[in-house]
Amino acid sequence: MLDTTDADQKTLLEINNIEVIYNHVILVLKGVSLKVAEGGITALLGGNGAGKTTTLKAISNLLHSERGEVTKGSIAYRGQKVAGLDPADMVRRGVIQVMEGRHCFEHLTVEENLMTGAYTRRDGKGVVDEDLEKVYSYFPRLKERRKSQAGYTSGGEQQMTAIGRALMSRPETILLDEPSMGLAPQLVEEIFGIVKNLNEKEGVSFLLAEQNTNVALRFAHYGYILESGRVVMDGPAAELRENPDVKEFYLGVSEEGRKSFRDVRSYRRRKRWLS
Amino acid sequence: MPDQLLFAIEVTLNGLMAGVLYALVALGFVLIYKASGIFNYAQGVMALFAALTLVGIMEGQVPFSHLINAIFGTEIHHFGWHVPALAAIILTIAVMVVFAWLVQVLIFRHLVNQEPILLFMATIGLAYFLEGFGDLMWGSDIKKLDVGLPQGINGWIDQTTFDAFGYGFFIDNLDISATIVAIILVAGLIIFSQYTKQGRALRAVADDHQAALSVGISLNFIWVLVWSVAGFVALVAGIMWGAKSGVQFSLSLIALKALPVLMLGGFTSIPGAIVGGLIIGVGEKLFEFLIGPMVGGATENWFAYVLALLFLVFRPQGLFGEKIIERV
Repeated sequence: MLDTTDADQKTLLEINNIEVIYNHVILVLKGVSLKVAEGGITALLGGNGAGKTTTLKAISNLLHSERGEVTKGSIAYRGQKVAGLDPADMVRRGVIQVMEGRHCFEHLTVEENLMTGAYTRRDGKGVVDEDLEKVYSYFPRLKERRKSQAGYTSGGEQQMTAIGRALMSRPETILLDEPSMGLAPQLVEEIFGIVKNLNEKEGVSFLLAEQNTNVALRFAHYGYILESGRVVMDGPAAELRENPDVKEFYLGVSEEGRKSFRDVRSYRRRKRWLS
Repeated sequence: MPDQLLFAIEVTLNGLMAGVLYALVALGFVLIYKASGIFNYAQGVMALFAALTLVGIMEGQVPFSHLINAIFGTEIHHFGWHVPALAAIILTIAVMVVFAWLVQVLIFRHLVNQEPILLFMATIGLAYFLEGFGDLMWGSDIKKLDVGLPQGINGWIDQTTFDAFGYGFFIDNLDISATIVAIILVAGLIIFSQYTKQGRALRAVADDHQAALSVGISLNFIWVLVWSVAGFVALVAGIMWGAKSGVQFSLSLIALKALPVLMLGGFTSIPGAIVGGLIIGVGEKLFEFLIGPMVGGATENWFAYVLALLFLVFRPQGLFGEKIIERV
């Protein structure tokens, strides 16, 4: 395994060997450990059901409302244990999740959606309005649609609304779940470009759960690969991109060139049986 | 103008005002249903309980006096003072807020993510508990509620219409004040939910619980808030109905009048509750006036339900039910 983080980067979030059980019976995470560096984009990769969303929800403490529970291990944000806090406490500490599938408030306008992101803030209307303008400067499209009901906007606009809403809480870390879901490749590029921009200009750290390994590894600094509730590989994004196994299993290319999806899967199965 | 037409106009006006009272009750249902998906069977009993508490405080009644007297052998019933109506209303609002908080802490916090039918059953339990609790606290005798609203025929309307048409309309002053109060209440609710931070949070919760949690809105707080507001609406409905027909057990049955209103207007719409209430109010009075004599009267009891049934067949989401947003 490659060394975890660069020594000069501060660790913002540290997850240590957590186990998550849903409904008291279904074991979803079987000991996941990872670190999120301050000011970086960390990608959490893996297929359906690998445990990416569960990991994010364990951090933001949204698990509890879905009958999930962290039964082992610990999660620390800036060195402080966060188990048992409310999602609202996490937002106040600067950690906010953008959920998979956007989850905009359909009957609220785009602007009202954005304003709900500032719910936990106590620093006055003036500053909040400034931040609203800032969000519009990152997402000019939202400004055009500010008065329309979010439910009637396009998938890309909803994803932007969801990210913008999170930004309105002045976060330090955004847990971004599957932003590419159901979007055209061009839009995916646009959204990831904005994420990169926010990371560089606003200094927001990202923990990004994504199935689209190819795009995620191009924009992230560091990556973890999850498979059925365990971290199976991690390393700097550039190295992961060149790793032959990652190429084979997640990017769908190998020495012999691009394989068909069917071949890749059967190969994967064979390899798992052998190991 | 022919007499029949004049009578019909008078009946319509009275129907409109009865409708306002139905709408007030229905409003309480809509608020809670919208924010938490709970159909609150206890709304009618809440109106009864609020009215009982208001009368009790105004009259200086000792709460649980029967219980206290039975246990300690004392004979206390009254503190011996009278509280002015406005102060009593404010105290009653405080009681309803505490009630909302208790309901949330003791019942619904433990039922998060449960099936809607389970939540509904819990409210049925709550209704029967509250009914008994109200009796125990304030006694079960019929009480007179008078918060100083004008009652009886409105002389001015009577006189004006008599001068104009030769027939004086009978409009109760109490109905007029109920209408004014209802308009103020609804305007206040709309301003609250559209233009305040908590109102926006409330609508956000109504749309998507999970997303609301994720941006740091506390569901518990919002639910206590919405039950408090529903308690306040119940108090207003309780005052109006109580002043009209006395504070007694049958007050809790106004919930049954609200049910067809909800089917008509939609369970999730505040304007729907109002328009639904007005339609039912006018409809049942006019129906009784025009068709009643042909079928032997007493149509008011079933007319609303038949209308609601027709709506269930042809427009199940009601007149103003939440539009399900589907992008094409």
